[in-house]
Amino acid sequence: MRYVIVGSGPAGLSAIEAIREVDGEGEVILITAEKFVGYSKPLITYLLGGKVTKENMYYRTEERLREINVEVRSATKVEKVLVDERAVVTHTGEKVVFDKLLLAVGGRPFVPKIEGLDQKEGIFTFTTWEDEERIEEYVKRRGITKAVVLGGGLIGLKTAEALMDLGVKVTIVEVADRILPVTFDKKASEMIERALETLGCEVITNDTVVEVRGRKAISSVVLKSGKEIPTGLLVIAIGVRPNVEFLKGSGIEVNRGILVNERMETNVEGIYAAGDCAEFYDLVDGQRKVIAIWPVAVAQGRVAGYNMAGRNVRYPGSIPMNSVEIAGVPTVSVGHSNVEGEEYEIFTYEDGRTYKKVVIKDNKLVGAIFVNDIDRAGIYTGLILQKLDASSFKEKLLAEDFGLVYLPREFRKKMLEGEMRIWLE
Amino acid sequence: MIGVRKILIREEYCMGCKLCEINCVAAQVGTENLIKIFRYVPELPEPKVIVEEHDYITFALQCRNCYDASCLKACMTGAMHRDPRTGAITVNEEKCVGCWMCVMVCPFGVVKRNVKKKKVASKCDLCAERGSPACVEGCPNEALVLIEVRE
Amino acid sequence: MAKGKIPPEFLVERDDYKCVRCLACVRLCSYGANYYDENAKRVYTENRKCVGCHFCEAMCPTEAITVMRNPFEIKPLAHWTSEHLIDIMKQAETGGVLLTSMGNDRPYFSYFDRIVLNASQVTNPSIDPLREPMEVRTYLGRKQMKLDLEEDEEGRVLLKTEIAPQLKLEVPVMFSAMSYGSISLNAMLSLAEAAKTVGTYFNTGEGGLPKELKRYGSNMIVQVASGRFGVNVDYLNAGSAVEIKIGQGAKPGIGGHLPGEKVTEAISETRMIPVGTDALSPAPHHDIYSIEDLRQLIYAIKEATRYEKPVGVKIAAVHNVAPIAAGMVRAGADYIVIDGIRGGTGAAPKVTRDHVGIPIEFAVAVVDQRLREEGIRHMASVVVAGGIRNSADVIKAIALGADAVYIGTAALVALGCHLCQRCYLGKCNWGIATQDPKLTKRLNPEIGARRLVNLLRAWEHEIKEILGGMGINAIESLRGNRDMLRGVGLHEYELKLLGIKPAGEAW
Ligand SMILES: Cc1cc2nc3c(=O)[nH]c(=O)nc-3n(C[C@H](O)[C@H](O)[C@H](O)COP(=O)(O)OP(=O)(O)OC[C@H]3O[C@@H](n4cnc5c(N)ncnc54)[C@H](O)[C@@H]3O)c2cc1C
Ligand code: SF4
Ligand code: SF4
Repeated sequence: MRYVIVGSGPAGLSAIEAIREVDGEGEVILITAEKFVGYSKPLITYLLGGKVTKENMYYRTEERLREINVEVRSATKVEKVLVDERAVVTHTGEKVVFDKLLLAVGGRPFVPKIEGLDQKEGIFTFTTWEDEERIEEYVKRRGITKAVVLGGGLIGLKTAEALMDLGVKVTIVEVADRILPVTFDKKASEMIERALETLGCEVITNDTVVEVRGRKAISSVVLKSGKEIPTGLLVIAIGVRPNVEFLKGSGIEVNRGILVNERMETNVEGIYAAGDCAEFYDLVDGQRKVIAIWPVAVAQGRVAGYNMAGRNVRYPGSIPMNSVEIAGVPTVSVGHSNVEGEEYEIFTYEDGRTYKKVVIKDNKLVGAIFVNDIDRAGIYTGLILQKLDASSFKEKLLAEDFGLVYLPREFRKKMLEGEMRIWLE
Repeated sequence: MIGVRKILIREEYCMGCKLCEINCVAAQVGTENLIKIFRYVPELPEPKVIVEEHDYITFALQCRNCYDASCLKACMTGAMHRDPRTGAITVNEEKCVGCWMCVMVCPFGVVKRNVKKKKVASKCDLCAERGSPACVEGCPNEALVLIEVRE
Repeated sequence: MAKGKIPPEFLVERDDYKCVRCLACVRLCSYGANYYDENAKRVYTENRKCVGCHFCEAMCPTEAITVMRNPFEIKPLAHWTSEHLIDIMKQAETGGVLLTSMGNDRPYFSYFDRIVLNASQVTNPSIDPLREPMEVRTYLGRKQMKLDLEEDEEGRVLLKTEIAPQLKLEVPVMFSAMSYGSISLNAMLSLAEAAKTVGTYFNTGEGGLPKELKRYGSNMIVQVASGRFGVNVDYLNAGSAVEIKIGQGAKPGIGGHLPGEKVTEAISETRMIPVGTDALSPAPHHDIYSIEDLRQLIYAIKEATRYEKPVGVKIAAVHNVAPIAAGMVRAGADYIVIDGIRGGTGAAPKVTRDHVGIPIEFAVAVVDQRLREEGIRHMASVVVAGGIRNSADVIKAIALGADAVYIGTAALVALGCHLCQRCYLGKCNWGIATQDPKLTKRLNPEIGARRLVNLLRAWEHEIKEILGGMGINAIESLRGNRDMLRGVGLHEYELKLLGIKPAGEAW
């Protein structure tokens, strides 16, 4: 049996671990475009900010992969999948045949059309270690003191914080009326915005960059509102798109991401996909979505790995979730927390310092937000995933002492006796 | 299949005395003499077990050291890891960056933050050094029992 | 007059140096006696609230607590003890009957302590129970005077006589009737599990059968008392024997009363009465006014159980105990239970508990004697109850004429009971005599059963040792074997009633 894994992100690596749990013999080949293998993408902002050392960038090591008998081909890009020949073709033209294939190719940053963007120095996207090296080098070489981050999402915010750690003054430009418009609600966004401001970060909302000025290197950006902001650096962080272009015409079904079933298998038997490049169902609303977050990539990767190695494991679906700590304010948002409508029952708690919110639909918890008091947030995540009927305890959800103690006895008992499994077998 | 040690929580026998909490603190300090600890240790560590209580329902809860651990799947630094020797899930403080992904996903809500250090507070490792968990040993009613399960 | 406070019975001393402020004692006391003072950052006790159950003392991780009796004494007056004074103060205050629980605690009836045992020396050999077989198993139920045997065609010997149903006891000790309501389900589960492990019996008491106990049928005796709670044909058939309860040593002549507040959902279900109604056990069975009436009930029950189960009758030891016992045997009882004046209870008026009835030592001696004289001793087994504390008491009771004993208080002590005598308050900190779910969970039946099994096994060992020393190799050879007993410091009439010789007198 020959397993070929494309992509060395968390989806790919956890699939390998799952395969090895079941099959110690089969041949495993990891092909990745990445130069560094086993490093953690989310840590690049921490690296830039000097909060993590290079050695600690790795959450898995190449040696470990070799130890479990994985053949690693780094800096190798897959350009084609030949479904009929059951092979992939790399950028060097080499064909690698497979019995089972996992596409764990993740996503790539989206770059919009902006006047004057092309060919200028000082403009970056920020999703890989190599990006980090480039940005760090540029900031240091040029002695950059001012930067604009386009996009007030999670990566934008983390990038801004990292740049501030380097002593750069940052302006965040967000097209929506507030930062973190997708994952957080208005109140939470406001609180995080306040926190950012205490760090000296300027936040501009309801606006976007329409022009980049400068000769060889960037010198300023012009906003839609007409405002011009002088800057030595522009980081574009307005989202990622699944890496699926190279699959065009391959016969593998793609929508926004690669379509998979609950075994993480594509329409082509023996070819699987997981992580940021895969499109599966949202556990709460049942819609097909790409949910590009780390825990989902790991879980899907493992499910794919088990199934590739011959077990039969089903993945019930994902929910969006995120945790960020900005300026010492920890926040968590899980599930469908930024929603409105009659079908939702919403409870909130606010005391100036903390903000908590739970969203209930059809008597089930579907979303939650926590600002500052995040300590037992995981319980809520678990309840959303388990789709437990919350009628008996919903009034208690925001109580200070909320915990397992308020859950139905039988459910708690099962939980305490075992644990909570995310996938089903 | 691995044999994993687990603490079985039996809420039907938990009296809510919270002796597990102080025994945990003592085990962390490293001496069993509670009086000495109380009198002479200036800053006591937090217990790694919490007692939840409401009405007559009480139970002690510590990390379940899940087989399919959500925290392991969420940790993006590799700080959360399973100790190959004990099977317990422990945190490597040096690697932890305080992203709180583990806090966000632990369905038992037992990952504690060390706010000062901005890292996950060292968590229950079933008293790996000590041999048998202090909370289990000290429970007067066997509401906590150490068992071995095959996964 | 100026009314003073009644002095607290106990003082809870706390060594503040040892107290680590874990607050376990504060959290655990069901009487709310301990409290933490935020300002002083110290733990204190309101001594008045302490009942002397010693739970906090047992739980304190640093042994900082000592619960002790209040040395309050006006003057050392032999007749007017501080207890008498306090009782008078209480009654002057409330005008009510003094309630209490557990058994009679007066010092004046301990005849077991004035009886000593024999052992073999020179003229007859003792037996080493570790090397030689030693039988402590016994059977309760009606025995035949003689057995008829016959031979079949192939020459095999067959038993012709029909044997009446028997209870098989691996040790001659059973757990006495303690009802669901008076004790917690966890306490009952402990007893049931221990009975099963050791091979003896527990008794449901008069409160019906909680469904959780149904699976212990082969180690269970079901009781039928004057309230007839939970009694139907399924109940009668659920155990291995049926016991009609006429009286109880702690409160001969009076009935029982479980207040409505204690009749919870679960209790109501097992007692088969509405939630919240008082559970009243009348003083007499209203269908039993004579031995003939008793016979009717015994046979009604035998019919209902198809003559497959022994039917016993339990009475309190009173002045007329011997003729009454003979009547019970003739009425058809397969075993009789005599509960002496030290028998325990969940709640009884103090005056009754302490003053009504006779010591079990006399009762068993005269009953055994009477049944022998009437030639009906074999028709029923005799079970003795009321204040059995150790294996020596068991041996003495059997040598005085019992087949087996019931233990109640001793079993509860094994489960944690410290004899605070406040069962009737329903707030037992040890989780025994309570239905409060916060408290009942404190009694883990696994631990409870383990401890009871330990207790019975320990007694079993001791009984074997003593039997061996006497040169006897079966408990049944000890029954009524009063030659093995001698009295110390007893009057002649007492010795005569007990049927034993004074110490120093040879065979
Ligand atoms: C800065 C940053 C911060 C983040 N912070 C968080 C966070 O706090 N919480 C969170 O949940 N998520 C976070 N994420 C998202 C998280 O990193 C992703 O969800 C996760 O990495 C997805 O894993 P994956 O394995 O699906 O894809 P990736 O990690 O993107 O891995 C894809 C792999 O495929 C390789 N590849 C792509 N195309 C090819 C090809 N054609 N041939 C060969 N190899 C190819 C890539 O080189 C890469 O190794 C963050 C991401 C970034 C960039
Ligand atoms: S921290 Fe939570 S998720 Fe992780 S092993 Fe412990 S209980 Fe399981
Ligand atoms: S907070 Fe630390 S241990 Fe928890 S997920 Fe993040 S890095 Fe891992």
